[in-house]
Amino acid sequence: MNRKSLALAASLAAVLTIAGCHKKPKAAPPPTPPAASAPAPTATITATPDTINAGGQSTLSWQTTNATDVSIEGLGQVAVQGTQTVQPTQTTTYHLIAHGDGGSADATATVTVAAAPPPSAPTESNIDENAFEAAVKPVFFDYDAYDIRPDAQTTIQADANFLNQHPNLKVVVGGYCDERGSTEYNLALGENRANAAKQALVTAGVSPDRLRTVSYGKEKQFCTEHTEACWQQNRRAMFTLDQ
Amino acid sequence: MIESLPKKLDTVRLFLLVALIASAIVFQAQLQAQDWVRTGTGLGVQKIRIAAADVKAASADPQTAPMKSVFDQTLYNDLRYAGIFDVVSKSMIPNTTPGSPQEINLANWAAEPSNAAYVAFGALAVNGGRVTVQGYLYDTHAAQNPQVLGKQYADNASVENTREIAHRFADEIIERLGGTPGIAETKIYYVSERSGNKEIWVMDYDGMNERQLTHLRTVSLSPRVSPDNSRVAFSSLGRSGWSIRMYSLDLGRLVAFPAWGDTTLSPAWSSDGTKLAFSSARTGDPDIYVCDASGENAHRITAFRGPDVSPTWNPKTNAQIAWVSGRTKLPQIYIMDSDGANVMRMTDGGYASAPSWSPNGQFLTFAWNRSYGPGAPGGEDIYIMNIATKAWVQLTHDSGMNDAPSWSPDGRHIVFQRAMGGGNEIWMMLADGTDQQQLTHGGGNTQPNWSWK
Repeated sequence: MNRKSLALAASLAAVLTIAGCHKKPKAAPPPTPPAASAPAPTATITATPDTINAGGQSTLSWQTTNATDVSIEGLGQVAVQGTQTVQPTQTTTYHLIAHGDGGSADATATVTVAAAPPPSAPTESNIDENAFEAAVKPVFFDYDAYDIRPDAQTTIQADANFLNQHPNLKVVVGGYCDERGSTEYNLALGENRANAAKQALVTAGVSPDRLRTVSYGKEKQFCTEHTEACWQQNRRAMFTLDQ
Repeated sequence: MIESLPKKLDTVRLFLLVALIASAIVFQAQLQAQDWVRTGTGLGVQKIRIAAADVKAASADPQTAPMKSVFDQTLYNDLRYAGIFDVVSKSMIPNTTPGSPQEINLANWAAEPSNAAYVAFGALAVNGGRVTVQGYLYDTHAAQNPQVLGKQYADNASVENTREIAHRFADEIIERLGGTPGIAETKIYYVSERSGNKEIWVMDYDGMNERQLTHLRTVSLSPRVSPDNSRVAFSSLGRSGWSIRMYSLDLGRLVAFPAWGDTTLSPAWSSDGTKLAFSSARTGDPDIYVCDASGENAHRITAFRGPDVSPTWNPKTNAQIAWVSGRTKLPQIYIMDSDGANVMRMTDGGYASAPSWSPNGQFLTFAWNRSYGPGAPGGEDIYIMNIATKAWVQLTHDSGMNDAPSWSPDGRHIVFQRAMGGGNEIWMMLADGTDQQQLTHGGGNTQPNWSWK
């Protein structure tokens, strides 16, 4: 998904910059009066993409003609034509100045750094583990049991709603047991718990292809005291992003 | 060179052991409320009084003393752990180290306080990097023809090889006097967390020579060595869940084995090495499957809703499998034919798990908490059950959480895990619950599996 939206942004930027290419020379201040016989320099610069998220990269490309001395403010002297990758932390305008025997020319390109993700509906690319865990809650089980309790149905419904709103997310359903009893039996019981939670989500409309079960038996404990409160915490089916 | 002891006597003794286990269990069945009644394999069987003389140092090489010390200690422990001997305390034996038949005065060993019926003695030498042991077993009351065993062993001089020689000599003695092969050369496979992850480890049966086999840095459990000692099957948590992995002891590395995913657990070898039983949840519900040793031709033999796990074959016939099922909620031990027919529940309640089938096919050992439940004080103990009568005997008492028992190949011993206060350690005991010995010390050690030979 990430790759797709990046590609989209890149082609959008390309369209914009192509348009800009034609506009900017017109908008540029008129060149200084030409010196006798020497042709006036020209300069263009583009940034691709022209909008990035914080931490992202953009590539500057520039071309000049009839120039002997080319520089970009902030980057210093550069070749008469070339490309350079930049990683600005805030919106930055790159100012290219080309000097030649026939005068000078300049051009600018602006890289906009998006302060926050676009305010459109959230996409999978910006759902991280924490956001997922906050939205998709575990369900808890009775001692030596793997039936979804009545009090867990609300949780399952909420979990299913979230997953149905994000149909491209794949999920690991982990089954967990408290510390008591046989190692091997608890792994089998944990599988039953994971599978019970998976079936409940499927019943609530989530495609089974998106759900993978793993039993952790009593190998991973969330709470390590030897109390019933703790054991209850550990008897669960929990959901994590399948990455 | 080797005088054979009357075989008939051995057979009678073996028969007596089995008969006494059986009668002890019947007796216990009538007294199940009284946990502490002393029952089991040792009852009424006179243990053979045997003495082990320290071997004579027969070389000047500086390695002689350390090798002799290893040999003496190992042989003494092997005889003590064997379960059929009353080993004369070192403080009661004659203060001599006879190195050869010419140097032993049998009357001294037969007399008070030693009172030995048999005496093991011999000589150890280290020459040119080789250790050589002459070992003898003499009957102290057969003045005319006292030699029962006379053996010579040689190997490169190392602590490990010297210990191995002592084990081999002990096993000769045990087989000659006890009628069945000893266990001094056997190994115990187990899970240890001391590297920071649960990995598969192996040690000698006496807890010495611990070595880490796997380095998977995930969670590896349930090691089961093949009957020919060539491979260890175990279950391991990978990216796609639990699958059975196969470690080659010949190659010292993992070898290919089909990975089904789907929470595939708890492999168990048939005693002929041709089949594996295991638990898999490929239908979404854990059931028992059987496949070829190669992993091919897997087919399901149970179809109960709920956990089905921890299979173990009847090693005498390979026609039956015992396993743990949660089909009636709390896990119970069941047996069935190896095609899934004739299911019979063995335990009558509580929380029963981790069955291991005795080599003679007559008994199960398993972990049982008879008053398990929310709020119940957790006391989990090792039991044995006579399969024919379902009569059971409790082997451990008031000693923490005891789990994952595994029979020794001689049927006289059980190895198990025990957590008493701290972490789990591996212990062994005689199959009547006596002579409990702690084998590991620290790091979290569980799920022992005794090799087949």
